[in-house]
Amino acid sequence: MTARFLRGTAAATLAGAVALTAAACSNPGSTAGGSGGPKDSAVVGIAYEPETLSPLLGYGKDGNSKIFDGLLAFDADMKLKPALATALPRIGDDGLTYTYTLRGGVTFSDGVPFTAKDVVFTYRTILDPKTNNASRTELDALKSVEAVGDDTVVFHLKYPYAPFAERTVHAIAPEHVAAKQDVNTGAFTTEPIGTGPYVLTGWSKGEKLTFKANPAYWNGAPAVKKFTMAIIKDDDVRATRLRAGDLDGAVLPPNLAAGFKDDKAKKTWTAKTYDYRTVTLPTHNEVAGDTAVRRALDLAVDRQAMVDKILEGAGKPAYGPVPTDSPWFAKGTERRHDLAGAQKILDEAGWKPGPDGVRVRNGVRAAFPLWYLSGDKLRQDHALAYVSDAKKTGIDITAQAGTWEVIEPRMKTDAVLAGGGAPGDPDFDQYLLLKSGLAGDGFNNMAWYDNKTVDRALDDGRRTNDPTKRRAAYDTVQRELVKNPGYTFLTHIDHLYVVDDAWDGPSTQTEPHDHGLASGPWWNVEAWTPKKAGAAKK
Amino acid sequence: MKRRLPWGAMARMTGRRALAAVPVLLAVTFAVFAVAEASPFDPVKAYAGTAGLTASQENLDQLRANLGVDRPLLTRWWEWLTSALTGDLGDSAVMRRPVAEVIGERLGWSVLLAVTAFLIAIALGTLLGVLAGRRRGGLIDRAVSSVAYTLEAAPAFWLGLLAIWFFALQLGALPAGGLTDTASDTVTADQVARHLVLPALVLGVSQLPWFFLYVRQGVGDALDEDPVRGARARGLRERTVLTGHALRSGMLPMLTLIGSRVPELITGALLVETVFSWPGIAAATVQAATSVDFPLLAALTVLATAAVLLGNLLSDLLYGLADPRVGFDG
Repeated sequence: MTARFLRGTAAATLAGAVALTAAACSNPGSTAGGSGGPKDSAVVGIAYEPETLSPLLGYGKDGNSKIFDGLLAFDADMKLKPALATALPRIGDDGLTYTYTLRGGVTFSDGVPFTAKDVVFTYRTILDPKTNNASRTELDALKSVEAVGDDTVVFHLKYPYAPFAERTVHAIAPEHVAAKQDVNTGAFTTEPIGTGPYVLTGWSKGEKLTFKANPAYWNGAPAVKKFTMAIIKDDDVRATRLRAGDLDGAVLPPNLAAGFKDDKAKKTWTAKTYDYRTVTLPTHNEVAGDTAVRRALDLAVDRQAMVDKILEGAGKPAYGPVPTDSPWFAKGTERRHDLAGAQKILDEAGWKPGPDGVRVRNGVRAAFPLWYLSGDKLRQDHALAYVSDAKKTGIDITAQAGTWEVIEPRMKTDAVLAGGGAPGDPDFDQYLLLKSGLAGDGFNNMAWYDNKTVDRALDDGRRTNDPTKRRAAYDTVQRELVKNPGYTFLTHIDHLYVVDDAWDGPSTQTEPHDHGLASGPWWNVEAWTPKKAGAAKK
Repeated sequence: MKRRLPWGAMARMTGRRALAAVPVLLAVTFAVFAVAEASPFDPVKAYAGTAGLTASQENLDQLRANLGVDRPLLTRWWEWLTSALTGDLGDSAVMRRPVAEVIGERLGWSVLLAVTAFLIAIALGTLLGVLAGRRRGGLIDRAVSSVAYTLEAAPAFWLGLLAIWFFALQLGALPAGGLTDTASDTVTADQVARHLVLPALVLGVSQLPWFFLYVRQGVGDALDEDPVRGARARGLRERTVLTGHALRSGMLPMLTLIGSRVPELITGALLVETVFSWPGIAAATVQAATSVDFPLLAALTVLATAAVLLGNLLSDLLYGLADPRVGFDG
């Protein structure tokens, strides 16, 4: 390797010197490969790089991996559909067992057949404490998993957990490969082998991931034969390379996406999301923990102004973790911007304006700090807008920037401009945000919210599969949040993507907080087809 | 010219330096662990990434124990050191791979970039230095010198951004970053060569002023010396005077310079690689530092320290050879 490498290095150095002299006269269009050619390949620019590609360490946990499949998958409307299973699970024993029948004839990209053993291996490895999986908590309800023959898998739960089926979109790893190496650092973490529509052909960390279509994919070989995800952290560089034709699509912030509005060859996609920005109002702060202050802030904040000014219209007001256009949203819990109402609540609660305009009650000034993640422009803008809205009611909030290392030890008493959001089941966000037992548990329930009615409703919501009862439970949670908001929810943020208008098939799913590899119009790139039949020459 | 090489003296100096390197390397690795320990970054948070924001405390504590970052500083350092001596550099938490693999697949690209840049700097520096030194105060001298002084003050990353703006965005002549074209997944020599041009040029040019100024001074001084005047008086051709006399003594200070530029080259490469998304060791270094990835960070620091020590040794050896009066350490 070394000798070959050194020779290679020498050759490349020589070539570099030659290119150096030839650089001035090289073809200006040479970087813009791909555009205009046969559209059987796509290059997209993304802002985030995955830490790992091993499902055992958490990759593909929300489905939609290009390399792997789960037992189930989400369709465009976030409804569950079978993938490696032949049908949705049979649920028995009052919601304690989930039984899946597996699809036959599926093979991993190395040709080895997929069986129930792989499913069992995947879930057991994730549950193993020695596996460095930071998302293990999401499978908290799972007690054990067993294979019955080659084509049936049974999951046993510790407690009835209604959204469990939605956790089984988790990518499945091959036992015959992954079991033979160190689960945390083995080659499988960067050279994955799965059953999915694409096969990873290269991962140059910090630069790009390249895929080729899996010709033996059980759901039919994709028409886009080559797929590349270029990792470009800087928004401006991503926009420039999209304009230069180096990329076929990219995720962009609203102001940069607007620059492509008049480009007929490109289409802007607006993905609806569960991605919220909220202010935590810690229960252990004597000002932010007061219900009157919380309710006043909830009314004083001008959410629509934030959507218009900060998000340039790409988003909507948020009143809780559930977006207003979700079927789970409790109609009638929207709060109008009402400054007078806010002041009235504070007056009645005994918060009287002091000499400097800041309200005081029993010698306590209505003031507290609000932290936001330094360097995050969007959070900074939200925080400053919130501070200015609060000031109009006589509440003095000081916005301060810090890294998570600085913010985390203060979360119990200081407010934080936080973000989050997971689509799918209402349990995913609300349980972690609001359950009193999870107060201060990592980043869960950052506000130390403590409300017995909400606690009970959260438990009711996850322990029954009856849709009416579940709806009633989550309606209760949302109505309680009006009476005692432990957080001021501000906005849900749209994610914008600009993509060459050269394919049939792109669409967007409802997206979570973080822009994973699965987000964007290319969530279903395996289903894309070139627009003009004649375009694909090869 | 027929002088025999002083192998014995050179070997003794190499041996002495190697012995002296041991405590230096030990101290450096310990310092890395100590500094990383004192840094405000949390390796568990860095490892978990976004998943850490919804993970339970129990899950995070388990991770902390698995990664072994909850143990005392001395223990961790000693364990790393002893296993490193047996050839096991440990596993990089942030890359999810053994450290040796991470370094193995990246080091080559960094060496390619650094060596090319170094050659550019030496070649251009010598050429311009001779031209300027020949007629000090002349037009070439004044032009090149003022540019060199400006470049001396310009940080490499700024030059990099400038180069991207001009060559990649304005002219569209050269790729703005990466090792190969975005759409390509095979590494071919011509693609790498084209992508190497800008980063190597920027890194080379950022090192250029020192070589240029040394050569210019050396050549200028040598041309004023008696032997050169004598040679000229004997009617030797200007070119012979220049290459035979002036350049030989003018190049002497360059030899020390080559060794002492190594640290600068390493830090310069770090910035240039980041600007051009060159998949070398720099990106890994930055990531290792911000995520407190002890094994990777320590291995990379040892590597950089060794490169600096080797650079110094090399320049001292060359200097001793070129000028016997200097000798090999005393």
